[in-house]
Amino acid sequence: MLYRESGDFSTTYQQDGQTFPIKFDRYRYYALMAVAFLAVPFLVNDYWVNAIFLPFLIYSIAAIGLNILTGYCGQVSLGTGGFMAVGAYACYKLMTGFPEVNIFFHIILSGGITAAVCVLFGLPSLRIKGFYLAVATLAAQFFLVWLFNKVSWFYNYSASGQINAPERTIFGYAITGPEVMPWVAYLFCLAFTAASAIIARNLTRGSAGRKWMAIRDMDIAAEIIGVDPLRAKLSAFAISGFFVGISGALFFAVYLGAVEVGEVFGIVKSFLVLFMIIIGGLGSIFGSFAGAAFLVLLPVMLKLALADNVEVSTASDVASWIFFYIAAASFVLLVVALVQKIIGKGGGLAILWGGVAVVSFFASALLGGGLGWPTDIVAHLQLMIIGLLIVIFLIMEPHGLAQLWRVAKEKLRLWPFPH
Amino acid sequence: MKTKLLTAVAATMMAAGPALADLVVVDTSYRTGPYAANGIPFSDGYQDYFTLLNERDGGIGGEPVRVVECETGYNTEKGVECYEATKGEGALVYQPLSTGITYQLIPKATADGIPLHTMGYGRTSAKNGEVFKYVFNYPANYWDGASLAVTHIMDQNGGDISGKTIALVYHNSAYGKEPIRTLESLAEKHGFNLTLLAVDHPGQEQKSQWLQIRREKPDYVLMWGWGVMNQVAIQEAVNIRFPMENFIGIWWSGSENDVKAAGADANGYKALTFHNLGSDYPIYDDIQQYLVDTGKTAGAGDQVGTVLYNRGMYAAMLAAEAIKTAQGIHGVSDITSQQMRDGMEALEITEAKMADLGLPNFGPEFKVSCQNHGGNGFGAVSQWNADAGSFELITEYYQSDQDVIAPLVAEDSAAFAAESGITPGC
Repeated sequence: MLYRESGDFSTTYQQDGQTFPIKFDRYRYYALMAVAFLAVPFLVNDYWVNAIFLPFLIYSIAAIGLNILTGYCGQVSLGTGGFMAVGAYACYKLMTGFPEVNIFFHIILSGGITAAVCVLFGLPSLRIKGFYLAVATLAAQFFLVWLFNKVSWFYNYSASGQINAPERTIFGYAITGPEVMPWVAYLFCLAFTAASAIIARNLTRGSAGRKWMAIRDMDIAAEIIGVDPLRAKLSAFAISGFFVGISGALFFAVYLGAVEVGEVFGIVKSFLVLFMIIIGGLGSIFGSFAGAAFLVLLPVMLKLALADNVEVSTASDVASWIFFYIAAASFVLLVVALVQKIIGKGGGLAILWGGVAVVSFFASALLGGGLGWPTDIVAHLQLMIIGLLIVIFLIMEPHGLAQLWRVAKEKLRLWPFPH
Repeated sequence: MKTKLLTAVAATMMAAGPALADLVVVDTSYRTGPYAANGIPFSDGYQDYFTLLNERDGGIGGEPVRVVECETGYNTEKGVECYEATKGEGALVYQPLSTGITYQLIPKATADGIPLHTMGYGRTSAKNGEVFKYVFNYPANYWDGASLAVTHIMDQNGGDISGKTIALVYHNSAYGKEPIRTLESLAEKHGFNLTLLAVDHPGQEQKSQWLQIRREKPDYVLMWGWGVMNQVAIQEAVNIRFPMENFIGIWWSGSENDVKAAGADANGYKALTFHNLGSDYPIYDDIQQYLVDTGKTAGAGDQVGTVLYNRGMYAAMLAAEAIKTAQGIHGVSDITSQQMRDGMEALEITEAKMADLGLPNFGPEFKVSCQNHGGNGFGAVSQWNADAGSFELITEYYQSDQDVIAPLVAEDSAAFAAESGITPGC
């Protein structure tokens, strides 16, 4: 009803080619940006910024960067962790070498340096493809981590080999160091994330993005229609490296403050970002956000729901019990539906009841302040649940969360008259 | 976005919950991942001691202790999440048990006014309390450990080790790199050669390092390892038939889990320690009575009496004594983290006190002061007896070479003070 093009007339080419052609979508986007920039900064505290928003925003930039390379240009990379390390160490060297320059420019410059390194490691992509390229970028991952551990110039010869972000300010507000106010760090990262997403979105639907996608879909055909593979591939590496470098710099300077390269930027990080874009959706900017949110939020949510055990207000407790009864009721309905299915009489709503049961169980646990299970069991459960969800996603929807979102939008446009 | 709003709502509700008047102690443990084998006994000991105080004495000074456990998996990002999640509950002290997380928390905890106790790990120069006001690393630190190991080697060689070669096998991280500077100074002073062999996280792959040891035949091997790295290193040393009595680990590389995998051949392996071993103490009767018999032990309850369990218990004992000291200074039982810091700075551990607690001769005597947050650097050497299945002390407690360490502490802490704009002072 609300969600459709009809009645929204485009009178210019700009209007016709905009990112959100549907009016409802557009307003939703404006509202989201307004909430993110104007409302959230007043609501957040240390926990929400440091445990949820900063990792989500920073991983989103990394996922956008990798999505340009892998999702749009089809060049598989397992070197994201190493490239993030380049951003982090470049930022550290710039911060300590030129303390008079504003940190904002240091972060942009770190992106530029990472872009150059990324192009260097992207050169083999001109000769090798697929799995072989993945191995070449894997080499970059291990080489870069080894380099930052081995050459003490990168960590200013400190005894521990750690890099620590000194305090830097922007407009008089601390951005790095221990005295950062949560809303400042949040806004700083949000600005970078929003700018990255807008730049990436516009690059990928312009001629650069079309060239990348042509290379991804069939490189020989792309070459025949006049796409220069050298420039297309290396530009993808450069732009991907720029975003990944910015995320690495923010990860070190704003989020963690102290970094040890082997632990923070190891191979695990490369896989994590790759999982983000696979779950979120390859070749989609929204997918980068969805994947990052999924892999950042889910472990924290599971921990809050299962491991924590805190006192909650009465209202929250009551809500928790309501959700608990809903969960119990839908579990009973699930069992009934399953029995019906087995004896062959209906039972089509089994998935719905199952979903409701799981969601309301977690809502109940979350509102009740957590179940207080042993932390090691919860940590193992986290791994199992996330692994299971990844498998389910890959089987049920290989194009990721972004495709679910696309399907939902298509259905919405026809609703309530699908025929 | 919707999910986020939902959780935000949930969080505001949680924050609105009533605050409990307890003494909150956070246990950032790791019971999963490559370091779990060592993380579990430490965490069990840490929690059990507080549970014992609650069950037996009704808490500390009449105030019950609430231990909040948070799983970090030895991962700094999860460590940050744990810190932010628990600091609002009125946490009195953090014992991160990870050098990486410690480096992360030093500036944050200082800004928030919550003390860190990094017992035998973390940033060594935090010993200088004039610079690191909220960080304590008593009773001993890594540089003490390096010096203690070298002193032990000198004792074995009649005081002269010039021309000998000592290899350091270390975890390639801030933790493992800590002793290098001290060992270099000591090598200069005593004239031995130092070989550095780095092992990358998590430490399962050490073939090339031990091949090098087999080829170069160093006289002694020191190890700064943790978690699965310890087991692998000791197994590799057994494989190349390195004489185990010349293989000395830091205190984090000397627990039963580390040596048992290598079987009887690991017999004679040495490790440093800064507290006593075994379960032959009066307090274990209480643990049996109040915790084991009633099933109130943390975890599976199968770690009681192991080296790292004792260490966790020792850490908890020091924290509890600091709480008592703070209660005494400020005259209130429900202390704040600021008052806890004062208590830690005025902490004095004497033999009489330890005997009173049921832990006679359990650790060195020391007194914390504003200038010295690190104790006096006393430690001892223990040796693995594979037949008996236990580590046994083979030396008395002796002091590290303060002539070498004190200038290094002063230099490193001055560098930190300059870097972060701190004016040292009490």
